[in-house]
Parts: sequence; structure tokens; C-alpha cells
Amino acid sequence: MAIEVRIPTILRSYTGGQKSVEGSGATLGELLADLDGRYDGLRERLVDDAGLRRFVNVYLNDEDVRFLGGLAAPVSDGDTVTVLPAVAGGAG
Amino acid sequence: MRYDSLLDSLGGTPLVGLPRLSPGPEVRLWAKLEDRNPTGSVKDRIAAYMVAAAEKDGRLVPGATILEPTSGNTGISLAMVAKLRGYQLICVMPENTSAERRELLEAYGATIVFSAAAGGSNEAVRVAKEMAAEHPDWVMLYQYGNEANARAHYETTGPELLADLPEITHFVAGLGTTGTLMGTGRYLRERRPGVQIVAAEPRYGELVYGLRNLSEGFIPELYDESVLTSRFSVSSADALRRTRELLHTEGLLAGISSGCVLHAGLQLAAKAQAAGERADIALLIADGGWKYLSTGAYSGTLAEAEARLEGQLWA
Repeated sequence: MAIEVRIPTILRSYTGGQKSVEGSGATLGELLADLDGRYDGLRERLVDDAGLRRFVNVYLNDEDVRFLGGLAAPVSDGDTVTVLPAVAGGAG
Repeated sequence: MRYDSLLDSLGGTPLVGLPRLSPGPEVRLWAKLEDRNPTGSVKDRIAAYMVAAAEKDGRLVPGATILEPTSGNTGISLAMVAKLRGYQLICVMPENTSAERRELLEAYGATIVFSAAAGGSNEAVRVAKEMAAEHPDWVMLYQYGNEANARAHYETTGPELLADLPEITHFVAGLGTTGTLMGTGRYLRERRPGVQIVAAEPRYGELVYGLRNLSEGFIPELYDESVLTSRFSVSSADALRRTRELLHTEGLLAGISSGCVLHAGLQLAAKAQAAGERADIALLIADGGWKYLSTGAYSGTLAEAEARLEGQLWA
């Protein structure tokens, strides 16, 4: 099973510079735990006791996981997870 | 149609169907044309409301200076309102926005302070806040946290939409200050239980996210996650592709954030069609394509246009 996880520049020090890594799991939470086993410290930058950290956005196939169940969001083979820092959007 | 002055003509924008892009008669896409506002963007609504609110509570006095972080449209709208109401305007804008935005701001008489491209609108906000602290007599209306921003949409955009499309099932708009979605979203959810409020968030290239520290992020003060039902992240490649599709298929020359919105809207439409459900999906077209011509977004092949757009702040 392979789920692609795209890593923002600021976190690539945890993945040996890789901008994309692969993991597995039935939920986002499991996927992050799986990655943490191989990329020590990565999970902690994304998650705290309350769940996803405030200024971290995670998208599952381009949809914000906060609307898909957060860490409980189901993930499947072939999905793409994208991690991005929260920034001011366009806005005019 | 006749109005006493330019500002009176604000709002009341057309809602046009997109029959060629809509999957079928039961799943319809609609475009609310916010380029049909005095300076050509949805921001005219919030500029008028924010200035009126500041005048009402005494923050703005004749001859005052307004300071605002803006990637262009709000600045242009504020420049028009400032001109008409007798204020000076200073805009803080990322240096990688399109040439037309700079030219328009200067034509209206605004002063521009450029913030570094790396860091995008976040950086403009940071710089503006610094300047505001140094000049307490300047008035920063601060679109990212000003309740008059969301209120403009609650009182105008939302009611217009519902009047034109009482059968609305989805509202899709770009997510920037979040004002459009918060104000319109709240209004629609109060009156159409079950309506989906969907955000289309631009996803820029690495230049904008760069080395942004994950603990120093920026979430607009207006943002209330509970108003949305979903939020899509849309790449510049997809936004560009859809913007060109809008032009080639429906003859609509829209700005690039509209491509973002269409991308999300098409996914919603496909889902409804596949589920055999009726849908009336309203897309907010924030502005026309005129200000983006210099980016080369509409010419040549898609690949060429993508390459030209790289590094530019297109929303």
C-alpha cells in the first residue's frame, strides 16, 4: 500500500531532503505514525495533543482534512496527502 | 439602469449560467460576475463597507491616511473609495503581483510599498502591521480581521445570490481574507439548511511557502472554520487550466482565482452527477482577466502559460 505524502520545504530536514515520501495506514493518524517510525520527529511538527497543529494544513487529495474527519480521515492506496503551512491566501 | 453616482452602482451583479461546463440539466454551474463592480472586483463591496464603518465610528476623519496590506484588488477598490471620500491611501503589496495592479493603484493616486515576494501576502500583512505601529495616525482598515468585510457579503452578496438562485445547493468562492465565504456562507446557511459552503484555496509555488515556520503561520482573524463545509487546495496549474477553460468554453474572461473556484466547482458537479443528485452550484467570479493579461496566462499553450506564471502571486 502506498500513499504519497508531500512535504513542505520547512520539514524536509526530517525526510533527508525528500519533498515526497510514502507511507501506509487506514487513517491519516495511522499514516503519520507510520511516517514517524521512519522519519523521526516529523509527526510532532504536525500534531499535538489536541490534533493537527494550528498553523499546519493537511490536504487529502486536495481537500482540507479538517473537513474529512481530521486525523480520523480514512486514507487509501493511491491517495495523495499534502502538508502546507498556513499562509494568507490571495485576498486582494 | 441609472444610479446617482459610481458607488451607488456597486453590487447587484449578474448570475450567469454556464451551460457548456455544466454536466447536465440537473447539475448546473452558475457564475456570479463580481467584475461588474465599479473597479472590477468583488473587493468594491468590502472597501465601501469598511470605509463607511470607519467613518461611522469616527476612526476616519477628512484627509486621513488609510494603510492596507493588499495583493491588489482591495487596494484598487480602496483607492477608488479613498479618491471619492477624500483620503490618502498607502498599500503594502508583494512585489510579484502583476504589472496592471501596480499601474491601476498608481493611476488612482495610491502610494505602494512593496514587500518581499517570498512570503507572499503574509509578508505584506507583517510589514503593514509594523508600519501601522510606527504611524498611529494612519488608519489600517485591515481586511483580514475587519467585521465589515464579512458583513458586506452577509448583507449584499448572500441576499443577491439567494434571490437569484433560491434552489442553490453549493456556494464556491476563493479563500483569501475569508470574508466572502464567512459573510455569504453565514447568510446562506441561515436560510438554506444543508447548503454547502466550499472554499477554493490557492496553492502557490514554493516561493510563497518557502521557509515559513510552521508555528508562525497566518490565519485571517475573520476565519471561522465552522462556516465552511469543505475546503479545496487548488494548484496554480489547475487554476490556470480552468481559467483558460472558462474563456474557451463559456467565453468568460475571468481572473485566475476564478479558475481556482471553477476547479472546485467542477469536482462538486461531478460528484453530484455521479450520485444522481440535483445541484445548483454558484461560483464567485472575483474579477475579470484584464489585470492578468501581462502574466501571459491566456496566451500560447497551457505549458507556456504555466511557465510564465511561476513565481507570480496570481490570486
